[in-house]
Amino acid sequence: MLSDVSQRHAPWSPDVALETIGAHAGQRGPLLPVLHALQETFGYVDPRAVPLVAKTLNLSRAEVFGVLTFYPDLRSTPPGKVRVQVCRGEACQSVGGHALARHATSSLGVDFGGTTADGSVTLDEVFCLGNCALGPTVTVDGRLHGRVLAPDLDLLLSNSVNNNAEVNNADVSGDLT
Amino acid sequence: MTTVYVPCDSSARSVGADQVAAAIELEAARLGAPVEVVRNGSRGMMWLEPLVEVVSAGGRVAYGPVTPDDVAGLFAAGFLDGDTHELGHGLTDQIPWLAEQERLTFSRVGLIDPLSTDDYLSHGGLFALRRALAMTPQQICDEVTQSGLRGRGGAGFPVGVKWRTVLDAPGSPKFVTCNADEGDSGTFADRMLMEGDPFMLIEGMVIAGIAVDAHEGFIYIRSEYPDAVATMRAAIETAYQVGWLGSRILGSEHGFDLEIRVGAGAYICGEETAMLESLEGKRGMVRAKPPLPAIEGLFGKPTVVNNVLSLASVLVVLAHGAQFYRDFGVGHSRGTQVFQLAGNIARGGIVETAFGITLGQMLERFGGGTISGQPVRAVQVGGPLGAYLPPAQFDLPLDYEAFAEVGAMIGHGGIVVFDDTVDMAVQARFAMEFCATESCGKCTPCRVGAVRGVEVIDRIVAGEKTAANVVLLQDLCELMTDGSLCAMGGLTPMPVRSVLQHFPEDLDRSEGARP
Repeated sequence: MLSDVSQRHAPWSPDVALETIGAHAGQRGPLLPVLHALQETFGYVDPRAVPLVAKTLNLSRAEVFGVLTFYPDLRSTPPGKVRVQVCRGEACQSVGGHALARHATSSLGVDFGGTTADGSVTLDEVFCLGNCALGPTVTVDGRLHGRVLAPDLDLLLSNSVNNNAEVNNADVSGDLT
Repeated sequence: MTTVYVPCDSSARSVGADQVAAAIELEAARLGAPVEVVRNGSRGMMWLEPLVEVVSAGGRVAYGPVTPDDVAGLFAAGFLDGDTHELGHGLTDQIPWLAEQERLTFSRVGLIDPLSTDDYLSHGGLFALRRALAMTPQQICDEVTQSGLRGRGGAGFPVGVKWRTVLDAPGSPKFVTCNADEGDSGTFADRMLMEGDPFMLIEGMVIAGIAVDAHEGFIYIRSEYPDAVATMRAAIETAYQVGWLGSRILGSEHGFDLEIRVGAGAYICGEETAMLESLEGKRGMVRAKPPLPAIEGLFGKPTVVNNVLSLASVLVVLAHGAQFYRDFGVGHSRGTQVFQLAGNIARGGIVETAFGITLGQMLERFGGGTISGQPVRAVQVGGPLGAYLPPAQFDLPLDYEAFAEVGAMIGHGGIVVFDDTVDMAVQARFAMEFCATESCGKCTPCRVGAVRGVEVIDRIVAGEKTAANVVLLQDLCELMTDGSLCAMGGLTPMPVRSVLQHFPEDLDRSEGARP
């Protein structure tokens, strides 16, 4: 089964947020699934969603905030158009992971966790993607890539940024007609 | 119609399996060749991925690693008839690397279409469950105990004893949870099993439910494994449709509901109590034990927490009997372990074999040395919290107790190889840095100790009062080991101490022991 990688996110809307929260509120221990669903919908968990989640799930805002800030995957700010994760685990370190990580931060000009000034790329570190016999490993927009050296990463990035620009241009022309 | 297998395993996809599958379909259409491409799991020979298999009269013939550019040539060489090609490896089952393994848990992975119920049944699926349905819960617990199966997540607690504790614990409902938060670098067996044989895990969960009288289960999968999440979700949906989940499983009185929960990037949630907190929708903070999760677990109820491989191994025990499983292995390490060869290694992948093989045999017979061609300098066994072992210790048998005796651990079976370019001071520092990043923050030795550990190692490497700071680091390691609530803080010193013990020249640079 191949996971579906979708990059399109909805703009913030309290109604959509409430609908998303409601769809997951009925299960046991609903908070993490709810926060995942919000991030899937909007690309991040907007701070304006916190009181809505708290009220729906009968939790305090502090509890929701506490969970939101505990988990590295959950973001409180919108991500860049392209998301890159570089594995920093030992297996990738053993085949040049340190050098790849340095290349990623220096070529993009951001630290891990940061987004480039033009909003095009968000760079994250991740500790193990389970591709440990084919490292160094990265993901670009959720897709896993193995045996990635610095030039491969550059190519993956430029392809992805270009694809993204084409998608956006297509959207714009569609709006005009 | 010729069947061609191209893995859908995420590792195989990471090196182009999707493009190869598309190229094969395209070329077959162009030539008008009747070909059916089936996406299987991976055989675990990662250096050959994407590994394409063609079903010939004599069996499955392997070609790899295949790139899209190779596809036309493969057709021209007659690979649909299993003919020779420079990428050919003959019959897959006769490749020595695979043939010399003892694949019990991974018997189906890579062979079948992961989501085909027909494939599952024709390869021994549901045999264990049917047997379990005819047994009492006590009998199941006893059989699992007699098999000697120990938890494969790292701690090595006897699975049958754990189940018996949950069965005997008062309280209702009871839960079965599967810890699929496989966060250790160098490990990917859980992922491959979920992507390659998802019904096996479902069957294991149902059997655990029968054994402890639980009717509800959760599989907690890390978010870094989106393909595993997608496959497991699809398999669960199918399992409900065919009556392998839900009320009245296989027409019996037993019901079981199963749900996937996805983690959110916190390594600590692989610790069982932190995982339970996370399942409850809380921060992944470790709980003090006792009470054991078997007594007071998820939502305060008696709960089984088992690793993916533990639950899958139960099927082998029940399908073939406790004695069959016991006959593999050595000492108190019974059965097979799914080892994962990773890092700087020529032939990395899944090696399932009985406990007792030495580390050196594993690296030579299966690993084939480093991929860089440089000599091996260190091997980290058991993930980020495991020891770094030098070649002098390669005669160590892979056995829980033998490893424990030398201050190391087998953990989840990950083996990460480093060549002689590795700076072991960097690795020791990383162990502390990782702990500082991933600590849940509940107890001081872990939360603060890890930060101090990074600082002390930096001072040692900088040559500041080296001897005194090494003593301080030893002391800190002792404190973290003895004073931490869970294995995160308690085992972070293991890799650090192993570097102090086996690679002191990398820390104390004043002696100039390394070029």
